[in-house]
Amino acid sequence: MYRQKYIFLLPGLLVLVAIILFPLLFTIRVSFSSWDVYNPGLNWIGGENYARLWEDARYWEALTRLSVLTVGTVLLQYTLGFALALLVWRDIAARRFFRVLFLVPMMTTPVVMSVIWRTIFHESLGPLNPILDAIGIGAQPWLSQAGHAFAAVMIVEVWQWTPFMFLLLLAGLLSLPNEPFLAARIDGAGPIRTFLSVTFPMMGAISVGAILIRLIEASKLMETVYVLTSGGPGTSTETTSYYIYIRGMRDFQIGYSASLSLTYLIVMSVALTLIAKALIRLMVKDRT
Amino acid sequence: MTTKTTLRGALLATSALMISAGLAAAQDYSKYGIKEDVPGACSFASIDAKDYSGRTLNIITHAIPVIGEPSALHAQQFQELTGATVNVVHVPFGDLFQRIMIPFQTGQQAYDVLFFASLWLGDFNPYLAEVPQAYQEVSGMQSVTPTYKGVATWNGKMLNYTMDGDRHYLKYRSDVFSNPEMQALFKEKTGRDLTVPATWEEYNEVAAVFNNMDWDGDGAPNFGTAEVTKRDDLMFSAFISRVAAYAKHPDVKGGFFFDLETMEPLVNTPGWVKGLEMFVAAQASMPPGGTSFGLGDEIFSFGGGQALMSYSWDDAFIQAMQEDSPIRNKVAAAPLPGATEVWNRTTGQWDKFDTPNTAPYVTWGWSSAVASASENQDMAFDYLCFFGNEANTLADLQIGRFGVNPYREAHFDPAFYETELGWDVNTATTYTDTLKAIDGGKNQVFDLRVPGVGEFMSSLAAGVARAQSGEATAQEALDGVAAEWKAIVDRIGVDRVREAYANVVALEDK
Repeated sequence: MYRQKYIFLLPGLLVLVAIILFPLLFTIRVSFSSWDVYNPGLNWIGGENYARLWEDARYWEALTRLSVLTVGTVLLQYTLGFALALLVWRDIAARRFFRVLFLVPMMTTPVVMSVIWRTIFHESLGPLNPILDAIGIGAQPWLSQAGHAFAAVMIVEVWQWTPFMFLLLLAGLLSLPNEPFLAARIDGAGPIRTFLSVTFPMMGAISVGAILIRLIEASKLMETVYVLTSGGPGTSTETTSYYIYIRGMRDFQIGYSASLSLTYLIVMSVALTLIAKALIRLMVKDRT
Repeated sequence: MTTKTTLRGALLATSALMISAGLAAAQDYSKYGIKEDVPGACSFASIDAKDYSGRTLNIITHAIPVIGEPSALHAQQFQELTGATVNVVHVPFGDLFQRIMIPFQTGQQAYDVLFFASLWLGDFNPYLAEVPQAYQEVSGMQSVTPTYKGVATWNGKMLNYTMDGDRHYLKYRSDVFSNPEMQALFKEKTGRDLTVPATWEEYNEVAAVFNNMDWDGDGAPNFGTAEVTKRDDLMFSAFISRVAAYAKHPDVKGGFFFDLETMEPLVNTPGWVKGLEMFVAAQASMPPGGTSFGLGDEIFSFGGGQALMSYSWDDAFIQAMQEDSPIRNKVAAAPLPGATEVWNRTTGQWDKFDTPNTAPYVTWGWSSAVASASENQDMAFDYLCFFGNEANTLADLQIGRFGVNPYREAHFDPAFYETELGWDVNTATTYTDTLKAIDGGKNQVFDLRVPGVGEFMSSLAAGVARAQSGEATAQEALDGVAAEWKAIVDRIGVDRVREAYANVVALEDK
């Protein structure tokens, strides 16, 4: 009789297989083929793509660069997002207006915003350099020097995704119980002490969740790089996703790009699992 | 009945209908934006006489406006004239290759008509229908220059339906070059007369002298040169323009990118390295951000009056010649600069030339074709024939954003640009003289049209970008490219690449 329950599970399982497992299994199969512009189809070449990948310095450099970019931008987003959330958590004038305003960047299309930012950073025609000139900082080679281009990508990412952090952390702050804050006040704790001893620890779980979600998203960084710098100058802003895009879509090395994608998936899964464990240990006191 | 016979029959029927259409010549097609219909098998009248009601034509093309806009415009006209249903799919450039290739490889009949970059012919040729002889004999196709017929041909078969002609050439501010004050300034700084650069050394020198100074008197600084330098944004074409004069020796046959015999890459030979060094050196004379200029930036930098010189396709020149342009009729065209020392890979030495060696670079160019698996080849070729008819082409040439550039003998007549577009004599003459010189020039260089051209060019652009950013010297960067090219050739198969590359070498060594 209880076997009938499997029949009811079947539609859901079929959908799961169709939209998650099949593409993944197909990608695994493709990664063992030499499918490219001149060898279409699923032949079998064993682990050749993976051996080639191992020696592909540009791929590993892109992965290292991505790690720096991801950790750097997410930390900045967390810090700024937390600060903004704290700002509008309490009663301030025009609180509702600011809450909506802070969300605007997140609601814009990444590609379109990257185009806008590219125009802003444009060293001849963009508005940023004249402003910097006017205030005495001087024009900067935003997109033509490696360090500046890297910073430009980070600025756009932080600008676009800080609101996401803000949203999650504000929701967390609004859900905190009032009693610990009352107790802290009775004990004479000032704002900094209250933040360090009450607010921040109680926000541990939601902070870990927000950071992990953003790390996962940021590790797929592609549109901003594509539009803003095309991975340049040189390869200084080339991320893993952009490199896989070049190999897969531009060079049409379907088999090789599948192996790059799967390796990337494994590396990121392992890395993010380790980061999640470390963050939980550091930031969440009640781990039951 | 074979497809060929059907097509021939269709075209003969068209010719017959043309006569009746001619009788009804009172039909006015000017509402379609043309000056007047030009009689012929592909004319408005001939196409109007056809009935494709109940049939559907699927077209894939580039995003609007470049090529995407004219292909959609003529699709709409074709639909109105023939009763066919015409679906046009616009795809951004970065996705166009794979959106065409995947249906080909998986055996889907997704599109009848395809618009794509002509250098992809090395990849797409197995999937394309040969242009039927009858269409090769229409008047519009007969006047296509031999250069662009060659670009459309693969292994002796015409697979691309020619509808655009592209090449790289030099553009410069004629008002500055003819200004006595500027001439005196240049003489004072260099000790020689200011002339249109005949070599890349002269180009860099002129660019350096006129860099970061207000030579047009508008209060804002101007710069020496605007070039396409952004990786993955057609920079490889700009780089090859820089290299060709140093590395394409007029007396050495058998390959510019590879030695056709051995299939050894030549990209790290001294001629190529010299070209890259000159490309990198010119960065000092570019506008702020010029080292990451994409094609759009280059167009607006030169076309907007910021830079003294530039070289690439027609776009920047046409931009400068727009009616509302502040530098309209202040620009002129010339062939790409040359080199007085050319690397001879046979002797392994630099050969000196009294008259600078030039190597006209016929690069890129949009093209069109019909899928061999299409069940609507008759209608598809009629559409392309209509797209490229004389009336439509003359109208399209006048709209810069369409991306349709001269490719027929008639397009090299300066009178057309003077009367129809209002260009002054000097601008029109230098423009058409330059195009003619490239079209009929010796020692031409063509794109590397072999399977996997995207991979080869992507590798080249990445290497050049490393040298531009200072990550590597020119020699180191190109050594890296050569190693990658060897690996690509090994993966594809030496014979396969050689067979394809022989088509390119045949065009260059003709």
